[in-house]
Amino acid sequence: MAVSVDEAVSTGPVRDHTSPARRFGGRGRSVLEIALLTVLAVVMLFPVLWMIETSIKENRDVYAIPAKFFDFTVTLDHFKDVFVASGGRSSLSGSFLNSFVVAGVSTVLATVLGVPAAWAYSRFAVKAKKDQLFFILSTRFMPPVVVVIPIFLMYRQFGLIDTKLGLILIYTAFNVPFTIWMMKGFVDEVPAEYEDAAMLDGYTRLQAFWRFTLPLLLPGIAATAVFALIFSWNEFVFAIFLTSSDDVRTAPPAIAGLIGGTTVDWGLVAAASVVFALPVLVFAYLVRKHLVAGVTLGAVRR
Amino acid sequence: MAGIEVTALHKRYPDGTVAVEHVDLSIGDGELFVMLGPSGCGKTTTLRAIAGLERQTTGDIHIGDTLVNDLPPAERDIAMVFQFYALYPHLRTRDNLAFPLRAEGLPKAEVQERVDEAARLMRLGPLLDRRPRRLSGGEQQRVALARALVRRPRAFLMDEPLTNLDAELRADMRAEIKHLQGELGTTMVYVTHDQVEAMSLGHRIAILNKGRVEQIGTPLEVYDRPASLFCAAFIGSPPMNLIEVEVADGKLRSQGGLVLTPPPGLPRDSCLVAGVRPEALEVTEPGAERSVPARVVSAEWLGDEIIYVVDHGGQRDVRVRMPPTVRFAADAPVGLRHTGGTPAVYDVSTEELVA
Repeated sequence: MAVSVDEAVSTGPVRDHTSPARRFGGRGRSVLEIALLTVLAVVMLFPVLWMIETSIKENRDVYAIPAKFFDFTVTLDHFKDVFVASGGRSSLSGSFLNSFVVAGVSTVLATVLGVPAAWAYSRFAVKAKKDQLFFILSTRFMPPVVVVIPIFLMYRQFGLIDTKLGLILIYTAFNVPFTIWMMKGFVDEVPAEYEDAAMLDGYTRLQAFWRFTLPLLLPGIAATAVFALIFSWNEFVFAIFLTSSDDVRTAPPAIAGLIGGTTVDWGLVAAASVVFALPVLVFAYLVRKHLVAGVTLGAVRR
Repeated sequence: MAGIEVTALHKRYPDGTVAVEHVDLSIGDGELFVMLGPSGCGKTTTLRAIAGLERQTTGDIHIGDTLVNDLPPAERDIAMVFQFYALYPHLRTRDNLAFPLRAEGLPKAEVQERVDEAARLMRLGPLLDRRPRRLSGGEQQRVALARALVRRPRAFLMDEPLTNLDAELRADMRAEIKHLQGELGTTMVYVTHDQVEAMSLGHRIAILNKGRVEQIGTPLEVYDRPASLFCAAFIGSPPMNLIEVEVADGKLRSQGGLVLTPPPGLPRDSCLVAGVRPEALEVTEPGAERSVPARVVSAEWLGDEIIYVVDHGGQRDVRVRMPPTVRFAADAPVGLRHTGGTPAVYDVSTEELVA
């Protein structure tokens, strides 16, 4: 028989939506948190602080036993020694200059090559796109040590050993895959419709990319370039294998070269390290927001 | 203004995917033509080929009398509205509207005049000095429409322009677009996956599936006589019931005993399926006149109507649309009666309408 049953309204009990009490919280938790963070901070920061301290101590304080933490005389002599040697510029300052040139040029090259490539991979249907992208990424799978010998042999053939051009090329080769992958994520985020609309308004594809997509990509490009810059700036293995003369040598192997021999001028080593670390810190600070974006890229979809 | 002819369009991407298998369309001058289909059916690719944003692999496209195959998008004299609006983020509304005109190199006074006219039509007055970021979704879409208007193109191409709006706004904008198109009389090709949008907007609808056109017709034709099983299952909410039938004594008879009037010209010896709309059936008291036994499986109470799902002769998914006053409990034995006219009949093997 026809019966009127209204099942649209549930008669079951209404679920209680209050959140469950925190299992352990309050004071005990925050004390533990602070304790752990303090330990971590000490472990992470001590070498850095010690480096900075050593760089401004006088030599007799550097070697003092027991070590002097606070009551030492502050001096900037070591920093002066980094840049000035008796009778002109020091060889270390030349190394820093080399580092600037090599890191800068390779970053610019990687960006100029990588950004349009990333745009193309993002926008167009390319044959075996995934395989190509994987191949590009795979060049970054192995550590530099693995390829340094073959590269050394190749470079000897081409006369690129101990040249800045050689370092620039190898750093660019390492940075291009990274740039492509990171920039592809940023390009994917910019709706392709901007370019479509611009093309309907009378621009060519390239003009549309240049005038509308590129400006929107600038923050991403900045972040990517800083990553590339930091990689090239810090790179040690290729630099030490492929260069030998002071004219070409970049800062990392040059600083490493200060250690060894009969006496080590730790004050100079520390000062050179501080000077070396500063640009990276400054850049990382400038793009700190994008560093996180770069790390978590692709983790959240629109 | 101009009609659009698409002949034997085929699009294959370099990676091997075929987006459009074969599409022929003849869109009249001043027509509001809707392309409807599930995602991946090729409707957007077809539209982008008309716009010139994709180059078809083979086939011809005419806009008016011009063969536009080799013309860049800007020279096709068309305007397009996108799903994500695509307003230039660094420009104010005013400059967004003026942009395509300045790109064309029109004199300042005329740009101003046309921008004002489009702003008046779309009621954008207070929004003219804002940037897209400070506009709501609906406002952005109105600006995008206005940007299409200012060019006075021969045809509008709309790529799912309402998908990103909420339901209420979508209904408003639908009415607005329809009104606008009627007012201007400009040819419009409108792509959507939303059948309500297609039915309410289109003068004619093309249903696409897997890169082919399944049916072209007015909304009523498409609703009443879907040309294939795909269309039958795609149009209507809930969709058509597809009931297996046999021809016996000049009647169509289902396994559960439901008797339907056969359309003329039925072929012999084929497996047939009758398409019956949910509103062409009726749930009755068991044993009512001309009814066959059935059982209620479940009921959806929608407020203004009830959709009953009934078990009829072993087919457990027959849907019946009933007014909200007629109520049966789940599992209750009921009667099922056909109240509509002659059903559409399909051949199971070809999946096409046979009569």
